[in-house]
Amino acid sequence: MSGSTIRIDIEGVEFGYSANPVLKNINLSVNGPQLLSIIGPNGVGKSTLIHCINKILSPTKGVVYIDGQDVASTTLKELAKKVGYVPYASSDAFPLSVVDTVLMGRHPHSNWKSLDHDLDVVYETLRLINIEHLAMRSFDELSAGQHQKVMLARGLVQEPKVLLLDEPTSNLDIKHQMEVTRIMRDLSQEKGILVIMISHDLNIAAKYSDHMIMLYDGGVYAAGTPEEVLTAENIKTVYGVESDVIMSHGRPHIIMLDPLFDDNIKPLDDDVYVSSDNRVVDRMERDTIVRNVLKEPARGVTD
Amino acid sequence: MSENLHSDSLVERYHHLTMRKLLVLVVSVIGVIIVVGLFSVSAYDNISLMEAYRIIWDHIMGVEYEPRTTEWWADRFIWNTVMPRIVAAIVAGASLAAAGALMQALMNNPLADPYSTGISSGACFGAIVALVLGLTITSTSGQSGMIVNAFVGAMIPVGVVILISKRMPLSPAALILVGTALSYFFSSMVTYLLVITDADTLQNAYIWQVGTLDTIVWSSIPMMVVVTAVGSAFVMLLTRQLNVLSLGDANAKTLGLDVEKFRVVCLIVMAIMTASIVCFTGTIGFLGLVAPHLVRILVGSDNKFVVPISMAVGSFILVLADYIAMTISDVPVGVVMSIIGSPIFFLLILWQKKGYGTVY
Ligand SMILES: Nc1ncnc2c1ncn2[C@@H]1O[C@H](COP(=O)(O)OP(=O)(O)OP(=O)(O)O)[C@@H](O)[C@H]1O
Ligand SMILES: [Mg+2]
Repeated sequence: MSGSTIRIDIEGVEFGYSANPVLKNINLSVNGPQLLSIIGPNGVGKSTLIHCINKILSPTKGVVYIDGQDVASTTLKELAKKVGYVPYASSDAFPLSVVDTVLMGRHPHSNWKSLDHDLDVVYETLRLINIEHLAMRSFDELSAGQHQKVMLARGLVQEPKVLLLDEPTSNLDIKHQMEVTRIMRDLSQEKGILVIMISHDLNIAAKYSDHMIMLYDGGVYAAGTPEEVLTAENIKTVYGVESDVIMSHGRPHIIMLDPLFDDNIKPLDDDVYVSSDNRVVDRMERDTIVRNVLKEPARGVTD
Repeated sequence: MSENLHSDSLVERYHHLTMRKLLVLVVSVIGVIIVVGLFSVSAYDNISLMEAYRIIWDHIMGVEYEPRTTEWWADRFIWNTVMPRIVAAIVAGASLAAAGALMQALMNNPLADPYSTGISSGACFGAIVALVLGLTITSTSGQSGMIVNAFVGAMIPVGVVILISKRMPLSPAALILVGTALSYFFSSMVTYLLVITDADTLQNAYIWQVGTLDTIVWSSIPMMVVVTAVGSAFVMLLTRQLNVLSLGDANAKTLGLDVEKFRVVCLIVMAIMTASIVCFTGTIGFLGLVAPHLVRILVGSDNKFVVPISMAVGSFILVLADYIAMTISDVPVGVVMSIIGSPIFFLLILWQKKGYGTVY
């Protein structure tokens, strides 16, 4: 699909809850349909940034433009036709059926006569992410992963040009994580939409994203292709985690290292281990060392 | 087109569920009709149930009877003694249930209703001020002074809520707390007024505070009907938005709903609906909670169905309660509502589906 392209420009955005600043001077331009991942440690302000894009929050300073239009002067209704949002969690004080829940994503587009068409869109979307069998179930009787897929479907039926996803695969198993992320990536190409996804799974994000943004200390620490963003140094600074970054199928793949664990104990075979001072130890002694490393003395074992 | 086959069956299944929901609506309407018949028979002993229906039907169709025949007397009795309170019960039941359903959706809280948010108590306070002190906002006294006072009283909690939410975002739970605080305040003011008044006024004011349909006359009806019809039509037009609101404020915004403005407009409409009932019947409790709860258990939480079906169920419950109040013990209907309402409400909580409704 060609034609109209989509862009988001974020200029000098600042935001803080009450006195404490979360986002400090965010500058960012995203141009064209793609899958873009936002990564960064807990509490860095990823969700907050997304809320500034879809007007749940208003930045205290700076401007967000979508296709050149200032979000602050766009009505919620207009914005809802362009920007879809899949939250991390959803209220279910009054749970509806899955169909009705997903149908609500049609709200910005629907009118009195559109119900049957809307139902068709809902059905196609449920099929796309393989949950059509859940259609008539009640939203509050689903597993966490099914829940998450239904909310994703609600975002998709909104048919937005920009789709904001807050950790959309956090409850999914590895197969469905890959499947959903791949579908998002394919949709961005097929329908020409800009999918912005917050993720804590760096490897999945690296595998499918066109670009990545790494947030740190209220600002954009790194932005670019996965290969540019996911370097061992960046990961060390932002997450404080040692890692080896290897290339796999043309994408960076992170092997996380834990000096507290990996360097002390190296498995040799089933029952024999090498400790950090290169002694060969048996399973029982290994377990004792592990407990000591974790600062949790084993009960009944004396030094 | 085989691809669309499944989609068609989804559309079909969806509409099939709609039919089941209509069934609940029809059953409660039939319930109302049955109680209307029983009511009429009890008003005039010498007729059978079928005769009662025929007489009511004839009256509606404009048939005139020979004066002083049994039918003529029955017609006069039914129409002048029980019909005003039946109509009032139907209208008030529908209105209070709609207001309850609206409030619950607005606050995203199954415990919200005009009572738990202080609106009824505000209206009650306004009306009691007129009744006891003779103080009215307008220069008119008597019934119309009471009506105006009730409106003004109902708007006080709404105004407080709106003012607070302008200064800081109010969570649904905080709104309920504000409402509860306000309703305690108004209740104690009402108690104070009842303490200082004379015995006759006390009796009237007290019965009215409990909630009664005894005092309804035909002239009370038009205003109740008009406000209820306009108000509930307005609510029906907004059921989609009410559903969207159930996703929580942030999500509703991202689906294009201006949450704050929507909530203020709906609160005002609800205050007007509540006041128009309260100033004629007094405060009748539980209906705004029981009817929507029952309906949600039967047909689910889609407001497109919850609102109209709650109105029908609300009418049925209030007519039935008033019938019981009149025939069995001649107590104010508010007492009967509380006596049957609280155990029903208790049962509903026990029966409700696991996970249904977050109670704060
Ligand atoms: N409603 C709120 N009121 C006050 N502070 C908040 C609120 N929401 C978030 N914060 C704070 O703002 C900071 C950024 O929060 P945000 O939710 O954006 O983080 P995040 O990057 O999405 O984290 P996570 O990976 O854990 O989801 C955190 O320090 C958090 O404690
Ligand atoms: Mg977050």
